[in-house]
Amino acid sequence: MTPRTVISAALLILGGAFFLAGTLGLLRFPDVYSRLHALTKADNLGLGFVAVGLSIEAASFALSVKVFIVWASVVLASGISSQLIAGAAFRAGVAPAGKAPPGEAP
Amino acid sequence: MPPWLAYAASGVSLFAVGMSALVLHGEVMRKILAANVSASGVFLVLVALARRAPKGPPDPVPHALVLTGIVVSVSATALALALVRQLRHGAQLGPSDERRR
Amino acid sequence: MIPPIDLLLATALPLIAWRVLATDELPTSVVLFIAFGLLSALAWARLDAPDVALVEAAVGTGLTGALLMSSLRSMERPRPPSPWRARAIALVAAAIAVALASVVALLPRGALGLGPAVLARSEESGVAQPVTAVLMNFRGHDTHLEMLVLLAASIGVLSIQHGTASHGVDTAPTSSVVMMLVELIVPALVVLAGYLVWRGSRAPGGAFQAGAILAGGAVLLLLTRRMAPLSLERQMVRMFLFAGPVLFFLVAAVPLGFGGDMLEYPRGWGGSLILGLESALTLSIATILTMFFPQGAPAPRRRG
Repeated sequence: MTPRTVISAALLILGGAFFLAGTLGLLRFPDVYSRLHALTKADNLGLGFVAVGLSIEAASFALSVKVFIVWASVVLASGISSQLIAGAAFRAGVAPAGKAPPGEAP
Repeated sequence: MPPWLAYAASGVSLFAVGMSALVLHGEVMRKILAANVSASGVFLVLVALARRAPKGPPDPVPHALVLTGIVVSVSATALALALVRQLRHGAQLGPSDERRR
Repeated sequence: MIPPIDLLLATALPLIAWRVLATDELPTSVVLFIAFGLLSALAWARLDAPDVALVEAAVGTGLTGALLMSSLRSMERPRPPSPWRARAIALVAAAIAVALASVVALLPRGALGLGPAVLARSEESGVAQPVTAVLMNFRGHDTHLEMLVLLAASIGVLSIQHGTASHGVDTAPTSSVVMMLVELIVPALVVLAGYLVWRGSRAPGGAFQAGAILAGGAVLLLLTRRMAPLSLERQMVRMFLFAGPVLFFLVAAVPLGFGGDMLEYPRGWGGSLILGLESALTLSIATILTMFFPQGAPAPRRRG
């Protein structure tokens, strides 16, 4: 077990833990906005750790660059989609937990 | 059990789940989803069977078949969805409209 | 011993499929279906089928999922079936599944199929990637007919949409953040599509994956109203739509005039012909897939 493999494995497990946290947030948070928050933040960070862990063990430099391009596109895509979902929910009048629906008096 | 057999068994159960849902449920959208699931099951069986050689490259012919199958099933789904939209929200074209065309 | 990830995937797939079909709310079903598609792509990757994984992720999951989402307005109220009917059908389905599984298990275990035959002749085909060689050369007839199927489906969708009431495209006002992100991602998608077509001759890739990615970009542009719906009245749209099938037909029919068989590529020309064909096919596939979306074609002119 070279130190490289150990570090890579540790990073992968750390990434997995962040994904677990994001899923927990998805299941337990009270409204769509906080769930989006949990998903985009925690999952993308988890993916970042997985990407670093994989690129350490990658066969070539080009492969690790590709892994990071994948991570960057995922961040871009989840940025777009979470904005769209939150905007659509806001316009549909979904209320943040514990507050009044948008447009009404608090 | 070699891995391909597990996937083939998975594909067979997918086919069965899809077929039973297709027959069981009355809602059209659910039938479309069920048909897609069945198709995925069949594809899984095909690709699993292509992987039977214990070592070396897999058989590319089933891969090509499945590739074609996925694209064709998307077109069928798109056509089915267009028909569903027409069913639910279609404009009423009366006989006078037909003659004018 | 079977690797744990394979066991996990093989058991997860039917379970998720069951949840997709047993959920009452349609939007949940559609989202679960997209997750199911992603797991399927993983299964293809585990089975050493990267080309299939790419097509499944782009077309089977991405485009089908987006198509289903855009049709969510057409959902009906769930009508739960009677429990006795459900049990009877489940029993029959289980019996069929057991029969099929035993047939599959009885198949010869180490069979190599047509793999060695394809690999032996792949140099002659003009491309190094075996799946592309099978798709575009050895089984080129299948791909040709597949293009005609796609064309027929798109004509069908267009003519049906002509009779559907203009539904007011569901595009909400988009924020500048989304516009900026779309402006970043769509050029990258175009480059990626071009790369996939070019790479299809020596590595997983090809016309279908590239076309699906282009279609995804086109749908993004449509939804943010950066692009007008694809109307058949525009010369460019007609050219893109028919470029693939017409070129394929020409390449297939021309050898007949020179005493060869249909779709017989001249010696040494295989690689270039296939690349040219795939490029034309990419454009056609992208156009057809975009037109499958209700926003992809202009709203019909209402009469009276």
